[in-house]
Amino acid sequence: MRITVTVNGQPHTRDVEPRLLLVHFLRDELGLTGTHWGCDTSNCGVCTVHLDGVPVKSCTVLAVMADGHEVTTVEGLERDGELDVVQRGFVECHGLQCGFCTPGMLLTARWLLDRRPDPDEAEIREAISGQLCRCTGYENIVRSIRWAAEAQS
Amino acid sequence: MQVPATFAYERADSVPHALELLERYGPEARVVAGGHSLIPMMKLRLAQPEALIDINGLAAELGRIAVEGDELAIGAMVRHAELLESATATGLFPIFQDAERVIADPIVRNRGTVGGSLCQGDPSEDLSAVFAALRATAVVQGPGGTRTVPIRRFHQGPYETAVAPNELLIELRVPVVPGAGSAYEKVERRVGDWPVAAAGAVLRVEGGVIAQAGIGLTAVGAGHFCAPEAEAHLVGRPPGEEAFARAGRIAAEHCEPHADQRGPADYKRHLAAELTRRALAGAAGRI
Ligand SMILES: Cc1cc2nc3c(=O)[nH]c(=O)nc-3n(C[C@H](O)[C@H](O)[C@H](O)COP(=O)(O)OP(=O)(O)OC[C@H]3O[C@@H](n4cnc5c(N)ncnc54)[C@H](O)[C@@H]3O)c2cc1C
Ligand code: FES
Ligand code: FES
Repeated sequence: MRITVTVNGQPHTRDVEPRLLLVHFLRDELGLTGTHWGCDTSNCGVCTVHLDGVPVKSCTVLAVMADGHEVTTVEGLERDGELDVVQRGFVECHGLQCGFCTPGMLLTARWLLDRRPDPDEAEIREAISGQLCRCTGYENIVRSIRWAAEAQS
Repeated sequence: MQVPATFAYERADSVPHALELLERYGPEARVVAGGHSLIPMMKLRLAQPEALIDINGLAAELGRIAVEGDELAIGAMVRHAELLESATATGLFPIFQDAERVIADPIVRNRGTVGGSLCQGDPSEDLSAVFAALRATAVVQGPGGTRTVPIRRFHQGPYETAVAPNELLIELRVPVVPGAGSAYEKVERRVGDWPVAAAGAVLRVEGGVIAQAGIGLTAVGAGHFCAPEAEAHLVGRPPGEEAFARAGRIAAEHCEPHADQRGPADYKRHLAAELTRRALAGAAGRI
């Protein structure tokens, strides 16, 4: 089936099988390997991307379901060579160790700050509660998102 | 890597179109809404539909939350996140907020739908207990037109519902009960998990006694996700700790929980009693 998905502002047309998952479309068809792929069971959240501006777990969305829609991946956060403020927060506050969970965390953080520019710690923890980090113990991720909230205010 | 078996894919652009596609592809076709129950099952090859009819294009048509007359209508394509954020729904029935806050996680809630949750018919599904407590009515449409099914007759066994293969769930209609209180209590092993057990309650008091009681239970083998014996015990009695505790024990006696990775049967039975008691007390506190 022929689909056109706008990824990070660029339309991409491909022939795909309906059973192809969005995460594999992004990684294997488009080479956008910033979107990670972990549990494959919609639990870990490393595959999180924005679909029409809303974070979803791309291991549980078919690529054909994104036909005609807009997807943002971690590669799309940067603007004109400038890192997004949430990316800068993770740099400043050591929000990652191995980096496996980071793309999903960044996209959820961006979405949270778009809706709630000044979230408290509980709101941040709630927002990332569908995403697992096996390294940082979450403390630094929460601090990074707070840093970004303050930096953009 | 988990990959579904091959299937044909069609996108519906209206309810009649979806029904026409279901008719054309026959009983081996399935509709896909949020896909957060169906796609995992297809990846594990527990489900192998020959065709998927994507109804995400009906998100506007079936995505309403509105008070109509003396009923609250909730469309089948309402996402969990939309129900959680709906001031209309949670203002009338805080039970929706209690339950939606603990269904899956915020990212899954952006995608999963109310209709998909009910049609999946999972014996541990949270909203089934919520709508059972609220005595909702399901509106179902098929080739012959529209019919209504009381929610307490909607589930016909694990993963089996009153919706035929050629039908669509359109919406849920909840009777608006002025002056009612409602609440939901769930125990889960970790954040975002399915319930070990959960209970919902709706109460209305008139002249110092309980005039109406609704109790919904999930994950504990309660028939049709409700507890009619416990409800009958409550009606006509003054609300209070003693009546609520007794109702909890009656509800637990009529459950048939199974031991699984989420806990042994006697623990779940204990939770059925305790969570029913807490939900009733919570509902009473909100009247
Ligand atoms: C990680 C994770 C955690 C979860 N935790 C919980 C939890 O704690 N509690 C809980 O209750 N649920 C939980 N769920 C389930 C979640 O709520 C699902 O989104 C929901 O059960 C199914 O909704 P869906 O829209 O994704 O349905 P789909 O997967 O699209 O469909 C499910 C079934 O319903 C049918 N269907 C869908 N819509 C209609 C319709 N309008 N008419 C007729 N048939 C229809 C489909 O054909 C399919 O058979 C969890 C899911 C995940 C992935
Ligand atoms: S890979 Fe998608 S949630 Fe883990
Ligand atoms: S930084 Fe390693 S999983 Fe989060």
